Amino acid sequence: MSANVNTSLPLEYQTEQSRMNILGFWIFLGAEIVLFATLFSVYGVLYKNYAGGPTHQDIFMMKEVMIQTVLLLTSSFTMGVAIWEMRRNNKKGLIGWFILTLLLGAGFLFMEINEFIHYIHEGATMQTSAFLSSLFVLLGTHGAHVTFGIFWATMVIIQIAKRGLTPVTARKTFIIGLYWHFLDVVWIFIFTFVYLKGMVL
Amino acid sequence: MEKSTERFPLTHVFGFVLSLVLTFVAAWVALEMNLSFTIVMWIIGTLAVIQAGLQLFMFMHMTEGEDGKVNIINIAFMVFCAVVIVVGSIWVLTSGHAAH
Amino acid sequence: MEVTIVGIKWDEILITGDPIILGSQIAILLTSLGIIGGLTYLKKWKWLWREWITTVDHKRIGIMYIVAAVLMFFRGGMDGLMMKAQTARPEMSILDSQHYNEVFTAHGVIMILFMAMPFLIGLMNVVIPLQIGARDVAFPQLNALSFWLFFSGAMLFNIAFVVGGAPDAGWTSYFPLAGKEFSPGIGNNYYAISLQIAGLGTLMTGINFIVTILKMRTKGMTLMRMPMFTWTTLITSVIIVAAFPIFTVALALMTFDRLYGTHFFTVAAGGSDMLWANLFWLWGHPEVYIVILPAFGMFSEIISTFSRKQLYGYKSMVVSIVAIAVLSMLVWVHHFYTMGSGALVNSFFSITTMMIAVPTGVKMFNWLFTMRKGRIKMTTAMLWSLAFVPNFVIGGVTGVMLAMGAADYQYHNTLFLVAHFHYVLIPGVVFAVFAGLYYWWPKMFGFMLNEKLGKWHFWLFVIGFNVTFMPMFFLGLNGAVRRAYTYSAESGFAPLFMLSAVGSVILAAGFAVFCYNIYWSIRYADRNISSDPWDARTLEWATSSPVQHYNFAKLPEVKSLDAFWYMKKNNEGITLKDEEIEEIHMPSNSGLPFLMCVAFGIVGFFLIFEWHLLAAVSTVLIIAGLIYRSFDYNDGYHIHKDEIRKTESTWKKMEGKVNNHVS
Ligand code: HEM
Ligand SMILES: [Cu+2]
Repeated sequence: MSANVNTSLPLEYQTEQSRMNILGFWIFLGAEIVLFATLFSVYGVLYKNYAGGPTHQDIFMMKEVMIQTVLLLTSSFTMGVAIWEMRRNNKKGLIGWFILTLLLGAGFLFMEINEFIHYIHEGATMQTSAFLSSLFVLLGTHGAHVTFGIFWATMVIIQIAKRGLTPVTARKTFIIGLYWHFLDVVWIFIFTFVYLKGMVL
Repeated sequence: MEKSTERFPLTHVFGFVLSLVLTFVAAWVALEMNLSFTIVMWIIGTLAVIQAGLQLFMFMHMTEGEDGKVNIINIAFMVFCAVVIVVGSIWVLTSGHAAH
Repeated sequence: MEVTIVGIKWDEILITGDPIILGSQIAILLTSLGIIGGLTYLKKWKWLWREWITTVDHKRIGIMYIVAAVLMFFRGGMDGLMMKAQTARPEMSILDSQHYNEVFTAHGVIMILFMAMPFLIGLMNVVIPLQIGARDVAFPQLNALSFWLFFSGAMLFNIAFVVGGAPDAGWTSYFPLAGKEFSPGIGNNYYAISLQIAGLGTLMTGINFIVTILKMRTKGMTLMRMPMFTWTTLITSVIIVAAFPIFTVALALMTFDRLYGTHFFTVAAGGSDMLWANLFWLWGHPEVYIVILPAFGMFSEIISTFSRKQLYGYKSMVVSIVAIAVLSMLVWVHHFYTMGSGALVNSFFSITTMMIAVPTGVKMFNWLFTMRKGRIKMTTAMLWSLAFVPNFVIGGVTGVMLAMGAADYQYHNTLFLVAHFHYVLIPGVVFAVFAGLYYWWPKMFGFMLNEKLGKWHFWLFVIGFNVTFMPMFFLGLNGAVRRAYTYSAESGFAPLFMLSAVGSVILAAGFAVFCYNIYWSIRYADRNISSDPWDARTLEWATSSPVQHYNFAKLPEVKSLDAFWYMKKNNEGITLKDEEIEEIHMPSNSGLPFLMCVAFGIVGFFLIFEWHLLAAVSTVLIIAGLIYRSFDYNDGYHIHKDEIRKTESTWKKMEGKVNNHVS
């Protein structure tokens, strides 16, 4: 807990408390892996139980999904660049790329909400069948994580703007970076095992 | 884990391009090619795992820092659990007598 | 008053019409008034807020966990006694069938999640940072939040039976029974929501302890020099992180099914009721290892201390716990062999289950070899550890019997199973927390629990336990099913049920002696004892008792396993020189975790009653708490040298020697 600062390391790793927070967050991501795995297992057990309702092919809109995917992949890249700028001690660059990341994330979210509205118009609601329950909850959990990330990141951006790059703000930014990349990883699996798989069934 | 000095985020651009390529190849294999379901799943599944690894190593720098080893053990164990949960649940609930 | 906009039916909130419940309501009301009145009269509110509610000190948080766990043991134990009374004779009518369902559900949930877990986590909190020579856990405020979330969940669950109706689908809450279709009331919402809140707290504890143990060990304490309790806590925390998210998801899906009409576990629209069982046990089996491993660790410490020897086979102990952790993720189907997934599935899980007996056996032999040729001191803590070995073996061996998929078709859902898991959980967990409490009590409070009363407690409890549960094995083999509120006289079960009921009274007497012991010791025990009354081996005994809030004036340096023993034998590092005193940085107290407890409690309560609008609106409270935390840059304070000097000189003479004596 002491403010023992090791300046040979990047800003976010300089204090012992920061190193502990970062490790703790990695372990939290381990828990998130299990959380999403459980949702995938539920989907994997229920995904053919249409109960007479719409099927994958009836509702999926692959073009929109491709755009969503590109938006999220790009946002993961811009997040990486933001951290890279942070390590060059370039506060302006960091904030710029960071905001761009969030805009891309918001775009993704906007499209996902539209997708949900489209499903509901097609008569595919969370209550229609076990397949749709598991689909909505899996996608919804990912979307809720993105939403949470956007609000959280906004608060951190305010803190960077107010306090500049300090060991604390740098660590917070770095941790959000990890979170954001992780959501991209989850999306890759959703893209592959929900959308693509659903289309080749 | 070094303070970056280079002027251009080369690995990031490289990783980004690679992830786009992997995504589009997967989409193309699944949507455009006429392969059997099993083969498609193996191909796109492999591509997804590669891309996840790419994020973990190239963007998240999982191995950097004094806790790199811990991170690897942590993620490896959790991935093991994830596989057990997904494969195990599907196996237990959809094989044998549960299948009919 | 019509408040239909939010759809509240006021007359359904309080449960009415049952004399037992009315009695409880009155008792709860009077106790609450008594506590509030007492605190006001003694002017203790400020003290409570400053010293306890806002504390981030791991020792105090640990003590709060333990107090809550003892209270919950009382509640769960009363439920157990009610069931034993109801089944003491055939066709009794103390509890009707619905009431019996509610009671065994409450008993199971409370004993596992609100007694065993907090008791162990409490002892972990008190001991682990001290054992590794640290000044706190990695994230002190998160630790407080963990406690308060547990507390919030526990309180919500505990009011169920007087407010709104108790859950009644068993601690496993199997679908379709637990679904809206067959349990339309709100009772089972309590299960889904309150366990969710408490579970979040547990997950955070897991992360916190992993980081604490990996990053905050004092100089020289390599992984292979960690005390065994620290090792088991580390591995337990890993299992928590791996297993609790599964429960989080399962409970969330249950909530969706019950509140929002989804079809995960329903019979209709393609849902799968066995999917619930599958998810529940994917978490539930690791959960039993989460409660057993720390207990193993405590026994290891206690056996080694009172055999006055180093733990035998330290390395094989470590390998065994790691093996148990991995295997614990691979056995869950043994809880539902009778689902009939097929020969291959059942065989696979039979084998993995039996494999767990191997590392567990290794540990058993290690404990026995630790005692071999040791100069054993028969303290109360040691007695519990000695009794643990044969009793746990009975639980383990019957476990291997149940592991056989084919044979389980016979044992499944009988009292044989109930006897088995009580033989695992009571010797494994309850004996351990009692042993731990007697052992670490002087560390927590600076005086000992009475050893003579302790022995009464021990003998009554152990004899009562065996008389209660041994007959259940035979009842089960004879075909008595579990969760049945009564049986006929013709069944021939009556004598064994009676014997079992008598046993539970003896067991309860043991618990009563325990409570009396706490009271007696608080009033009369000798306050003038050494900081190392057991002549122990690990670092928590290298500092004063009760422990000063910064734990160690100078962080100890570790040169071998059983570090404190080594320090004592070689007279190294025990003294504190004046120039070694430095300012110590400590985290500040915070009221936020408690406020979050209130916020989660409010949101949870509204969700349980399905008042969706109110729930959504009050979520703002939680969000406000998170935002406040994000902008909070308070990074603690420093303790000045003078204060440390003063504190240290009160418990040891500078340059002096530690006294070893048992009072
Ligand atoms: C203190 C003395 C105890 C007594 C007298 C007692 C008694 C009982 C009884 C009579 C049942 C129900 C049997 C049936 O009809 O199915 C039961 C169930 C159970 N007990 Fe205990 N028990 C005790 C302690 C514990 C402890 C310490 C734990 C866990 C740490 C525990 C965990 C459970 C669980 C999980 C169930 C299953 C509940 C269910 O069926 O949903 N019990 N106990
Ligand atoms: Cu099990």
